[in-house]
Amino acid sequence: MSESDSLASIQPPENPGRRRLLAWTTGVVGAVGVGAAVWPFVSSLQPSARARIIGAPVEVFIGNLEPGQLVRVQWRGATIGVMRRTQRMLEDLERMGDQLRDPGSDAEQQPEYARNFHRSIRPEILVANIHCTHLGCVPQVLPEVGAQPFDENWRGGFFCPCHRSTFDLAGRVFRGVPAVLNLLVPPYRFIDDDHIMIGEDPEEGAV
Amino acid sequence: MAKPASSINKNIHAVGQWIDERSNISEFWKKHLSDYYAPKNFNLWYFFGSLSLLVLVNQIVTGIFLTMHYKPDAELAFASVEYIMRDVEWGWLIRYMHSTGASLFFVVVYLHMFRALMYGSYAKPRELVWILGVTIFLVLMAESFMGYVLPWGQMSYWGAQVIISLFGAVPWIGDGLVEWIRGDYMVADATLNRFFALHVVALPLVLLLLVVLHLAALHEVGSNNPDGVEIKKHKDASGRPLDGIPFHPYYTVKDIFGAAFFLIIAAFIIFFLPEFGGYFLKPDNFIEADPLVTPDHIPPVWYFTPFYAILQAVPDKLLGIVLMGAAVMILYLVPWLDRSPVKSLRYRSWVSKVALAIFAVAFVRLGMLGLSQDSSPAELRLWTFLYFAFFILMPIWTRFERTKPVPERVTK
Repeated sequence: MSESDSLASIQPPENPGRRRLLAWTTGVVGAVGVGAAVWPFVSSLQPSARARIIGAPVEVFIGNLEPGQLVRVQWRGATIGVMRRTQRMLEDLERMGDQLRDPGSDAEQQPEYARNFHRSIRPEILVANIHCTHLGCVPQVLPEVGAQPFDENWRGGFFCPCHRSTFDLAGRVFRGVPAVLNLLVPPYRFIDDDHIMIGEDPEEGAV
Repeated sequence: MAKPASSINKNIHAVGQWIDERSNISEFWKKHLSDYYAPKNFNLWYFFGSLSLLVLVNQIVTGIFLTMHYKPDAELAFASVEYIMRDVEWGWLIRYMHSTGASLFFVVVYLHMFRALMYGSYAKPRELVWILGVTIFLVLMAESFMGYVLPWGQMSYWGAQVIISLFGAVPWIGDGLVEWIRGDYMVADATLNRFFALHVVALPLVLLLLVVLHLAALHEVGSNNPDGVEIKKHKDASGRPLDGIPFHPYYTVKDIFGAAFFLIIAAFIIFFLPEFGGYFLKPDNFIEADPLVTPDHIPPVWYFTPFYAILQAVPDKLLGIVLMGAAVMILYLVPWLDRSPVKSLRYRSWVSKVALAIFAVAFVRLGMLGLSQDSSPAELRLWTFLYFAFFILMPIWTRFERTKPVPERVTK
């Protein structure tokens, strides 16, 4: 190397178009490469296979569920209440609209197939995440009709002891309580009359 | 650029300006990259410095992600590593990148050190660069040893057992020292937990600091080159070395090319040979640590075997350990053992070339002998002798050998 090919002698590119094409193709291929390299790292932060299995859909036997009885099951760390409601309860649900904050389930707290007055697929079976939508406590289940310290005309529902939020037996929140949203209805489907699968939508697969 | 700057470009420029007025970061960029003049005659051997930096970054990034899933608990550690391998999304890749990276770290560092021995990169004025480099090597050995213990397999456990018990040979305080290192009366949960802390926090911080100092010292005195010529002796009117080119863009681009080539090899190992036939990950380490069952043979990982062979060569425990330590420590003395007026091997006589060749063969051969447990003691001692002879005789042959005239300027 002689001194004449030192830095001062570097000329601007002869063919700027070709230079630009090369720069862009290098950049794009490089970006794809960086993306491919970053993907596994970002991906490794997702729930692992173990977490996914623990969070897999849960099958619940409801064949022995008495009218008015509620069973609790765990799905993805949440307490899910499954309840067989009586005819009386369903009739009450239809008449309660004016005391509720969101009687028509307008807020996205349930799958589309549970957007009805009973907030379920089959009217008598309620499936709901019974954690209070205020701060996550698990409310008491008070299904019977009768005066309560917090409500003289109690028609049955959920009462959260933490901050006195109340919900009806479709998990709809009453007016004038700290919680503003209805209880969450998880995706679920009926396998047959006696079995439901929590965590799977009726048509699509697992969520 | 001839193109008129868009308003976005203008804004980016303004932000850059704002930062620079408050940090002078452009001065840093200039000093270490765009205005750092490196000799223009770097060859293949000069890839390994930047490659070790690349591997260091790989170890830190993959290590952080492994830490997110690993459990430093004797009950849980082994299963958590298998969990990473099987259940964590892409966990197998991240772990293999880390385990392969550890071995490749030593590959590039050994080649980097060999380059320094070949071209006299330790000689005045670069003694401190070399000292910091040897210290990095020492810390790296501690770092990789502790990392190897974390999967809590049989080799992790018994390797830790053997290495820690070496400290028991220290006169008077040996037994207490071993107990203090283990934090228990045997290698146990306490040992694993502290090795985890040292491996993921303490030693990486030390390593990063040493790398910064290594580079700072290098950039102060300037890089050596295959001719061992000081490029700062011949400068142009504006004070730039005539035989130097700015590190950026010239060597950044060259190093990116080298990195791409290196990554192809690394990717091949990661995807097809992650255990590397038992050299990178030993079969016994896929069995959970069991204090009741000692494996038949407890060889260290390949990058420690040369030193392990020196240990085996001596029948006395304490003397063996002293000699093994000396095998590393003697590297610190190299700048003063070498009395040659000439830096690069290119301008030295055949004596230096043969000596370095014997040393390289001794190192590799010791590495091979250290892997096996029934190497002949005579052969172990021969190569151990030659290993040390290289250093001890260096002052003699470097002073008396006939050197060739060194050119004023670098050659092609």
